[in-house]
Amino acid sequence: MTATQDEIMTITASRLLADDKVVFAGVGMPLLASALAGRRQAPNLTVVLEGGIIGAQPLPGRLPISTNEMRAAYGAPMLTDITDIFLFAQRGFFDYGFLGAAQVDRYGNINTSCIGRHELPKVRLPGSGGANDIISLCTEIFIVTTHEPRRFVERVDFVTSPGYLHGWGSRAESGLVFGQVSKVVTDLALLDFEPESKHMRLRALQPGVTVDQVRAATGFELPVADSIEELPAPRPDELAILRDLNGVTD
Amino acid sequence: MTTADFRQARAELEGHERPVREKLVTAEEALRVVEDDQHVAIGGTLYSRTPMALLFELLRQGRSGLTVSRPLSCYEVELFLASGAARRVVTSWVGIGLQWGLAGVLREYVEGGLATFEEWSHLALGLRYKAAAMGVPFLPTLTMLGSDLATVAGTSTVTCPYTNENLLAVPALHPDVALLHVHRADMYGNAQVDGYRHMDVDMARAARRVVVSAEEIVSPERIRAAPADTMLPHFAVDVVVEAPYGAYPHECYGRYEADTEHFDDYVSAVRAGGADGARRYLDEHVHGYPDFAAFIAGVGPERLARQRKQAEELMYR
Repeated sequence: MTATQDEIMTITASRLLADDKVVFAGVGMPLLASALAGRRQAPNLTVVLEGGIIGAQPLPGRLPISTNEMRAAYGAPMLTDITDIFLFAQRGFFDYGFLGAAQVDRYGNINTSCIGRHELPKVRLPGSGGANDIISLCTEIFIVTTHEPRRFVERVDFVTSPGYLHGWGSRAESGLVFGQVSKVVTDLALLDFEPESKHMRLRALQPGVTVDQVRAATGFELPVADSIEELPAPRPDELAILRDLNGVTD
Repeated sequence: MTTADFRQARAELEGHERPVREKLVTAEEALRVVEDDQHVAIGGTLYSRTPMALLFELLRQGRSGLTVSRPLSCYEVELFLASGAARRVVTSWVGIGLQWGLAGVLREYVEGGLATFEEWSHLALGLRYKAAAMGVPFLPTLTMLGSDLATVAGTSTVTCPYTNENLLAVPALHPDVALLHVHRADMYGNAQVDGYRHMDVDMARAARRVVVSAEEIVSPERIRAAPADTMLPHFAVDVVVEAPYGAYPHECYGRYEADTEHFDDYVSAVRAGGADGARRYLDEHVHGYPDFAAFIAGVGPERLARQRKQAEELMYR
């Protein structure tokens, strides 16, 4: 079984999730990664979705397209309203938050609002949704996205969701006194942030990927951690569970 | 947001009558409450429990200069833009879902300077309705701080008088009219929903006027038999409209699943013709019928049965 890029990212992300935690996931890769972790190392991981859903247990092959629909609510022990879910996050109940990104910069700031100027954009993107709230309020935040220069930019056109803003202490100075962006998972690598400067750095490589490849796919100067590991390849059981969840039969 | 808005919202609500009397009207009568240039808040979220019967009627009647607000917006806001009814959208997100790509009509209007997208984070918008629903002019929060969202929205921060912590002050949002769809209501307006409530409760209590459509009108006794399911009391609802399948093609929790094939047709029309495609959709599905019941009849019993069966399968047993 050869894993696709999406499968490699999803599996890498799922391995970051520990048991007995609460994860705030979006649909797509974050939900898949959470569901996969729930079937492997984290059977008591509680998956929360912004549609007011606490303890989502989506049916294999009928994964939700939106966080606000019956497929997402299936099997949940509690349904509440949207604002209430985010207030749980603000109180500090959510250990992990998961985000995608149209653009992400060296300080982990995310743009999902617009390419170009916000008032009269070149491309109007869908907007924050809950992304800004997740990155502002959850305790540990993971970003999952494909690794390409147009996504990994020097500075995002618009800070929809603040990572470390301008690095150093600027996140906390803005009033975001809780939570931190801890990892960025891509199809090429696992990245984290330098402890002081909060600059993104290369931490580990996906199997068969070189440092040069990662640098070429990154639109800013990328520091490399002292020791670089290679991430373990997707295992057959991980792939099998993932494909079952996705409803892939062959 | 001014002091006048905040005080006026309270004064106006004090002046409303709150009689326990029958409030059943047709959608055509109900939507007369909406005037040009007003702010209409749309209940539900994305493609869940959207008050489609009410929206289709409003689009059929036609308005101009509206502002529409919604937590996550689906293609219904594009219909308001393409028809010329609205030119301002207050929301945290617009699209249908990943598989349908970016919202084509929204792009055409916002990138062309024809419409304004006033963007808030999901929680910030929820707290705007909540502040208004609570009768206070703002709420403090830790979200949206430091972001460009906070800057372009023109927000201010507030210092906690007890801890000196810096918090974002989210201004109250009082819609002129809130349009909601629920599972059941009685003739007085006591309204119940099953499943998630989205932002409906705060949105309704924030609004100056509230129009509720319901899958079914039930007896007051049936409401009293399950009082914890009641989302809004009669005095927070102005009129009630009976609208079976009133959220279709969107979902109504436990009753029918969203009809994603219908979304495919809409997106194909927009990909082919941009806003003209959306206007053709309006001609076919909104203006092509005298009312929403006729549109639903046009969908046909087989397709509706399929959507009901899918919903039934998604109820945990």
